[in-house]
Amino acid sequence: MDKIHNNKAWLLVLPVFALVAFSAIVPLMTVVNYSVQDIFGPNNRYFVGTEWFSQLLRDPLLHNSLLRQFGFSFSVLAIEIPLGIVIALSMPRRGLGVPTCLILLSLPLLIPWNVVGTIWQIIGRGDIGLYGWALNEVGIDYNYAANPTDAWITVLIMDVWHWTSLVALLCYSGLRAIPDVYYQAARIDRASHWAVFRYIQLPKLKNVLLIAVMLRFMDSFMIYTEPFVLTGGGPGTSTTFLSQTLTKMAVGQFDIGRAAAFSLIYFLIILLVTWLFYTAMTHTDDKA
Amino acid sequence: MAEIRLDRLAHSYSARPGGPEDYAIRRVDHVWEQGGAYALLGPSGCGKSTLLNIISGLLEPSEGKVMYDGQEVNALSPQQRNIAQVFQFPVIYDTMTVHDNLAFPLRNQRQPAAKIADKVKEVAEALEIAHLLHRKASNLTADEKQKVSMGRGLVRDDVAAILFDEPLTVIDPQLKWRLRRKLKQIHERFNITMVYVTHDQLEASTFADKIAVMYEGQIVQFGTPRELFENPAHTFVGYFIGSPGMNLFEVELTTDGVRLAGVDLRLSPAVRNALEVHAGQRLKLGIRPEFVQLVEPGESALHATLDLVQDLGTYKVLDLQLGTTDTKAIKARIEEDHVVPQGEVGLIFPERWTKFYADDFLVEIHDGQDSQQ
Repeated sequence: MDKIHNNKAWLLVLPVFALVAFSAIVPLMTVVNYSVQDIFGPNNRYFVGTEWFSQLLRDPLLHNSLLRQFGFSFSVLAIEIPLGIVIALSMPRRGLGVPTCLILLSLPLLIPWNVVGTIWQIIGRGDIGLYGWALNEVGIDYNYAANPTDAWITVLIMDVWHWTSLVALLCYSGLRAIPDVYYQAARIDRASHWAVFRYIQLPKLKNVLLIAVMLRFMDSFMIYTEPFVLTGGGPGTSTTFLSQTLTKMAVGQFDIGRAAAFSLIYFLIILLVTWLFYTAMTHTDDKA
Repeated sequence: MAEIRLDRLAHSYSARPGGPEDYAIRRVDHVWEQGGAYALLGPSGCGKSTLLNIISGLLEPSEGKVMYDGQEVNALSPQQRNIAQVFQFPVIYDTMTVHDNLAFPLRNQRQPAAKIADKVKEVAEALEIAHLLHRKASNLTADEKQKVSMGRGLVRDDVAAILFDEPLTVIDPQLKWRLRRKLKQIHERFNITMVYVTHDQLEASTFADKIAVMYEGQIVQFGTPRELFENPAHTFVGYFIGSPGMNLFEVELTTDGVRLAGVDLRLSPAVRNALEVHAGQRLKLGIRPEFVQLVEPGESALHATLDLVQDLGTYKVLDLQLGTTDTKAIKARIEEDHVVPQGEVGLIFPERWTKFYADDFLVEIHDGQDSQQ
């Protein structure tokens, strides 16, 4: 068969290529370009090769901030994912309760990050904040501005308050997609509630949970606004997570080259961890 | 193992049913005897699945009673009734192996491991899935999955009954036949009551000893395949069973018989008298295409003209027009090697095979002596 090859068709790809180049490739390459230079000003720059990378990888500041970041992200996942599943399981399946629950759950998702930060900053204050005051009244010494643990817990609560809804909504949609006949079969097979969850609901939720875990991991790994609004990353550096360290470096110290190298490392970590999650959660499919 | 009795059962999906059209099950009085192989046959939407779910306890009937061995079980869950049910589409536990899927109902009953292993092996061999036991259930083909689904219904041998809700829909025809045989063998071996829902008369008659035909939320006839064929109790049974279905005509009573399609059909006094009782009702005559006799046109036969011949390989179906002026379509079925008449033909309706229906229900004809009493 003689096919007519017309390579002009490639021109049709050009608009998409231009768009992707403009939005992703060019900015990313700019960062790569910065990361191998030491930049003092527009006309005053020196090529330094991989020096920034080797320096950063040995930097205790980055190590600490990275450890804190992992601690935070895993705490977020460990709380939000099970909590989201439990909420989704206990939501009504029909009636007026359904829209009510959906609206209530969506509300936190509509609130901007800095507002969430401000709400909890005020409500957690010992003098005028309801929760902070109440905790102090019942004898618990709570002060997020002075005690690192308190600050840490407060940021964690903020994130859980803000984002558990997302996990719950995703799980709820996943649960609703399970055909009734599975539950009927389980009743016929005399499965316990736990067995229904373990062998029907959890396996059927796997795909939405994969999305939920990845979204929550990536998002919490980039947390910036909440701790910044609450304590500015303090007390000390106890709530200074990666993105804040990066911002300080790039905007505060105007250390563009070093910050660029940092961003790339940051980016690769997220990519790596997300890939690990994805592989871990999907590899069971391949086994026959 | 149990006898299942349905007593004045009715079910409506709406909370406040108005007329009979709001009912999925209108009124069912029925007994499934212990150890029988039954089919529940009917068109889509006639309430078959609803009835099955009421028997298994997935659905609570709005009226009437479900009784197992004389005990009312309306309020009992499927677990408490100890019943097995196989659904139309395969339901498998994705994360488990085939073996674990089959063992699941037994494990939930806390049976000893040795017994579970034996039973799973037995059922897997019967369904020809023994070689799949260690595979993950999620990677099977649709018909393998359905076999696993059926296997889960068959592993428990202490169940009151096994209910099948069109279980072979997803299975290809060759295998369908074999699986039905398998089910029948399993039935003979374990003597468990089985109720098999289907809309396919062939499937029903190959599986079941007795068939219940359902129509618009009612069981209109319960009998052997032969009874359904020879003596349909309702016009729907006549129309639904048989290929092609029964010929049905509206008739008017005359002094010595009935009139249909502008022709008079003389009837014996016994039949005529039996119809007299139903004079005010809508009367129909029904005759199966197999029983319509073709003769030379003449005085003693009904007049008809031939329209079309369909040769189906093993038999022929003739489309005819009955009568001369106000004609009605009628089908006749003849043997493959029977000579096909041309043009004008005479038809004879043997009295034994001519059925009459008053408001769609069969008019019982007694012989002469009976009608005297």
